[in-house]
Amino acid sequence: MQILVCGGTGCRDLESEAILESLKLEVEANALENDIQVVRTGCFGLCSLGPIVKIMPDDVVYFKVKHGDAREIVEEHVIKGKKVERLLLKDPVNNKSLVSSAEMNGFKKQLRIVLRNCGVIDPENIEESIAHNGYEALGKVLTEMTPDDTIKVIKDSGLRGRGGGGFPTGIKWEIARKNKADQKYVVCNADEGDPGAFMDRSVLEGDPHAVLEAMAICGYCIEADKGLIYIRAEYPLAVARLKTAISQAREYGLLGKNIMGTGFSFDIEIRYGAGAFVCGEETALIHSMEGLRGEPTVKPPFPAEAGFRGKPTNVNNVETFACVSPIILKGADWFAGIGTARSKGTKVFALAGKINNVGLIEVPMGTTLRDVIFEIGGGIRNGKKFKAAQTGGPSGGCLTEKHLDTPIDFDNLIAAGSMMGSGGLIVMDEDDCMVSVAKFFLDFTVEESCGKCSPCRIGNKRLHELLDHITKGKGTLADLDRLRNMSLVIKDTSLCGLGQSSPNPVLSTLDNFRDEYVAHVTAKKCPAGKCRDLMEYFIIAENCVGCTACARVCPVNAITGQRKEPHVINPSICIKCGACKEKCKFDAIIVQ
Amino acid sequence: METVKLTIDNKEIEVPKGMTIHKAARKIGIEIPVLCYMELHDMQIENKPAGCRICVVEVQGRRNLAPSCATKCEEGMVVKTHTTRVLNARRTVMEFILSDHPKDCLICPKSGNCELQSMAQQLGIREIPGQEIAAMSTYRKDTSPSIIRDLDKCIMCRRCEMMCNEVQTVGALSAVNRGFMAAVAPAFEQNLEHSTCTYCGQCVAVCPTGALTEVNHTPEVLRALADPSKTVIVQTAPAVRAALGEEFGMEPGTLVTGKMVAALRALGFDYVFDTDFAADLTIMEEGTELLDRLTRHLNGDTTAKLPILTSCCPGWVNFFEEYFPDLKDVPSTAKSPQQMFGAIAKTYFADKIKVDRKDLVVVSIMPCLAKKYECQREEFSTDGNRDVDFSISTRELAAFIKQANLDLNNLADDEFDSPLGESTGAGVIFGATGGVIEAACRTAYEIYTGKKLERLEFNELRGLDGVREATIDFNGLPLKIGIANGLGNARKLLEEVRSGKSQFHAIEVMACPGGCIGGGGQPLHHGNSDIIKARAAAIYREDNSKPLRKSHENPFIIKLYEEFLGKPNSEKAHHLLHTHYFYNKKKVVVKQ
Amino acid sequence: MKTIKSPADLRNFKEEILAKMYGSGSAMKGKVRIRVHSGTSGLASGAKEILDFIVLELEKRNIDAVVIKTGDLGYSFAEPTIEVTRPDEEPVVFGNVDKLKADEIIEKYIKNGEYIDGILPVNYKTII
Repeated sequence: MQILVCGGTGCRDLESEAILESLKLEVEANALENDIQVVRTGCFGLCSLGPIVKIMPDDVVYFKVKHGDAREIVEEHVIKGKKVERLLLKDPVNNKSLVSSAEMNGFKKQLRIVLRNCGVIDPENIEESIAHNGYEALGKVLTEMTPDDTIKVIKDSGLRGRGGGGFPTGIKWEIARKNKADQKYVVCNADEGDPGAFMDRSVLEGDPHAVLEAMAICGYCIEADKGLIYIRAEYPLAVARLKTAISQAREYGLLGKNIMGTGFSFDIEIRYGAGAFVCGEETALIHSMEGLRGEPTVKPPFPAEAGFRGKPTNVNNVETFACVSPIILKGADWFAGIGTARSKGTKVFALAGKINNVGLIEVPMGTTLRDVIFEIGGGIRNGKKFKAAQTGGPSGGCLTEKHLDTPIDFDNLIAAGSMMGSGGLIVMDEDDCMVSVAKFFLDFTVEESCGKCSPCRIGNKRLHELLDHITKGKGTLADLDRLRNMSLVIKDTSLCGLGQSSPNPVLSTLDNFRDEYVAHVTAKKCPAGKCRDLMEYFIIAENCVGCTACARVCPVNAITGQRKEPHVINPSICIKCGACKEKCKFDAIIVQ
Repeated sequence: METVKLTIDNKEIEVPKGMTIHKAARKIGIEIPVLCYMELHDMQIENKPAGCRICVVEVQGRRNLAPSCATKCEEGMVVKTHTTRVLNARRTVMEFILSDHPKDCLICPKSGNCELQSMAQQLGIREIPGQEIAAMSTYRKDTSPSIIRDLDKCIMCRRCEMMCNEVQTVGALSAVNRGFMAAVAPAFEQNLEHSTCTYCGQCVAVCPTGALTEVNHTPEVLRALADPSKTVIVQTAPAVRAALGEEFGMEPGTLVTGKMVAALRALGFDYVFDTDFAADLTIMEEGTELLDRLTRHLNGDTTAKLPILTSCCPGWVNFFEEYFPDLKDVPSTAKSPQQMFGAIAKTYFADKIKVDRKDLVVVSIMPCLAKKYECQREEFSTDGNRDVDFSISTRELAAFIKQANLDLNNLADDEFDSPLGESTGAGVIFGATGGVIEAACRTAYEIYTGKKLERLEFNELRGLDGVREATIDFNGLPLKIGIANGLGNARKLLEEVRSGKSQFHAIEVMACPGGCIGGGGQPLHHGNSDIIKARAAAIYREDNSKPLRKSHENPFIIKLYEEFLGKPNSEKAHHLLHTHYFYNKKKVVVKQ
Repeated sequence: MKTIKSPADLRNFKEEILAKMYGSGSAMKGKVRIRVHSGTSGLASGAKEILDFIVLELEKRNIDAVVIKTGDLGYSFAEPTIEVTRPDEEPVVFGNVDKLKADEIIEKYIKNGEYIDGILPVNYKTII
């Protein structure tokens, strides 16, 4: 028998280590150490119910365990085989105790549809994919469904584009189907560019066939026989696995001419991107594939009318494609039953920043930010206070404490001044300066603007300069109004989605953290203590013993004072390197 | 035709489907300001990258503002062109553009003729907020034999890129770099002289700012005029007289031949001659070559290649040397009129006035920037002394006249000097597309058939269409003529020649749309092709008014052959008036 | 190589594969399966070395097991991760696996089914 104790950060903060020790002591006290192992595990993703203790192989889970409960667990459950009822989870509906982890499924916050095969199958072996229903949906569509039936299923499922915009996928396919042409194309957008987002890469590395199959289904629907995957060359592993997957699919007759003897032909090629963020925008992506400069053009015409080489082209993102086969196999109603009114299915997020469980998660649309950060994500690192979460990457905005219980979906995020984007979720804590955060994201967009339209090319640069000015303590209150006006105009006038959303981090931090901006421009203080130009190092005279250690370590001789007497830092010389503070053994040096 | 109804600024309007908001608004007297947008109606040239975002308007129901130059009218659309939101956006975007533009208007060569400057005035910009902290994008200045690139002043309108690639198919200029540093430049930001540039100057002709300008040679001319040891003679190209007046406020299409001569004389030129004289000479040489090749060809001589291509245009010569080096035997070997003039002036005329060629300075006034490069080519000089010392453009001449405190309007007409100022109507029409071949036909017909030409106007050869063809009856021989203006059109005809499919006996090519009247050195037409048409009309008017209209009837040409050259295509004529072409255009060393 | 000639053919083939992998007559039946999560995150944290180590050690210690290279599971905070499935048991995922840990996993869990620290509980539902 094994006793598993959650060692995730959330539970550890609630003294799960003490529980572990107590359990071990109880086991030893009963001389059971040879039969019973007490082990520490990772996070169960149910932090609000922690600390969690699980007994195997009985598959019984205890919640909110205290170290005083150790004896009862060992004596009652382990020795007598009786469950400790009071530590079991109650079904909120009938108040019945839930015992096994299967029964607890309802409490698990994550649902894997897109990531269903990631980490499960060998992506370089098509047989493993087939064993996990690979290409079954394609077979079904080709023999049992017309293109119009198929599009109807996708439409009814409520699937919306996962690349950022959230455009209904079924409608996109329908438009591409209606535009008649001698040649059409299906394009998979694998130009994942948001800093910190890597869900597309993981899908391509873990389950490439899911994407190939969905592209073929799309090809069948819109009458295209050619698919192109636009992938950044910085994803060598994903490229290699895609290549393997494509050639295996061809060998097995699942791509190429006359797929599964149905007469339908579809083949896929890979096109490489050089890593420009703007090439995630579909017109820019198409131009890049055509060998032209990767910059967007005005829509309309949309790619569905005139895309790759002027032909009707349907562009979907990796994650969107990865949803298609399950929808076909399980039906539109199943998918539409997951999520919120206007956002169906699940969304993969890449958790990053000051969060404990950094990584990829997949949750049903409508999951709250609180669940994502504090349950699945295991809470904020080092027990710090949550301040904000940035969704939508550099194009999104930040969500704050007041948004913690808002169900995350396309529309709610926009209403909150952010956006879904591709699913990057960067968590910030009390130590993060929100002006600097906005500046950080602008840094990225300034770098990644293609330079075609003036508001994005010059406006973003000006925004960045003004933010920099403010973080250096040189801003004024009037500058905050200028920031807002510039941001609104850049959003209103830019050519493509990059410029239309790049000021979002500025606007949302201005809206949610105006006090911080005001502190920077009026008191010339950075409340988070991040802006170096606004910091000052002081020596508290009472604490200083005059050991001279700080003066000796100061690289610019900014510290003066007699031995055994309090020292003083000259702020006009100090370069704020922090060396003195590190050296001081008496906590006499503080930063303000 | 299908139409749509919409409302613009509360006015209802019905327009053809597919018309842009900008054009629809213009129909009801609303002139939405545009900056990057440019249209040359008759040539079907349109530049609308929708990049400047100055022309944005509000469209009801649309989330962001729409670029009116690139947004098509739709049924029931409600458009507002001057709401507070639009005006604020337009102003802010303009401030962005100006914040990254040098403020040296006072000494900018484009001052007074700069579209950015006028737009700043029109929008009433009086200050640029944040200029004190605004970084500027700066670049290395590039001076080529003809064109100066000062990318600090580039506003990314992309007009030059469109002209260079889509119209001229030269491919020297394209957008480089990203974001704030984006600009239009040769590949790898090489100098223009190391690129495929033909110096046609069409980029300069459309540049709205001072980013692209011609190399100014007037100081050298002034120095020569001030040097008592030099005899300075000037030749004026036919297209100059049809456009120079525009720089002095005259209507486009005003002929200022007499006033121009008076101005040049007042400037101190010792002899005021006419390139038209050399144009007549060109006809004698090129026409004879055509008839020779034609006769040999008709007699079965396989070494006599047809078609023969005109070679008057230096931009065109650069183009085929760069892109069609395998066809270098196809064009006529006759030098351009500018160079024929120089060769005759520095031999025949120098002897006549007993001046050593080293003390004789030949200046040409050209509608062209490629002429600056042409006169610097090594093969057009003797012992380091150029046949044509300096070539200045129509625009430079206008500035030169103004600096000499002259107003062209107030000058009494004067006459060219003899003998090199005497010309026929055939020489004049060299200035418009189709003119060279028409002039050649007038002479070749009479020589070939021995009959007098009844009707001198070959209307079938005139017009502004990019590619034109006509068949002229040479007494039973149907002579097939092709005409191309604009290098992109020339490329089409050249590809046919290369593949052996060309049916023509002779082809005239002019690098610039419209021929020399639309040259890169002419007063800026800012995209108004009515101006080009008016200039063409003026050229044909002057032809009509001439007593002699066939080159071979020019008594001074006849005399030149009698006294000096012998007969057309004689050995001496070949030595002085013919040239050959190079696989790689000869490099001219630029003094920086 | 197999060419799939119809959707029915695909279904039959799937059954064949499943039988080969899990069927009663399968040679793989009764063997421990080890999935080494080798996406970019895993590889960047050393999954390749762990994979090589496990393959080598299993051979050395004469343990007949199936090692599968897969994509990442998403537990970036605990990479490299490996999943071990003992015959007829639920899979168990171990995080932060280094060679020392891998050795412990082989000795304790793979050989004897003994749990050790570092297990990552399944915190998600899946449609598979």
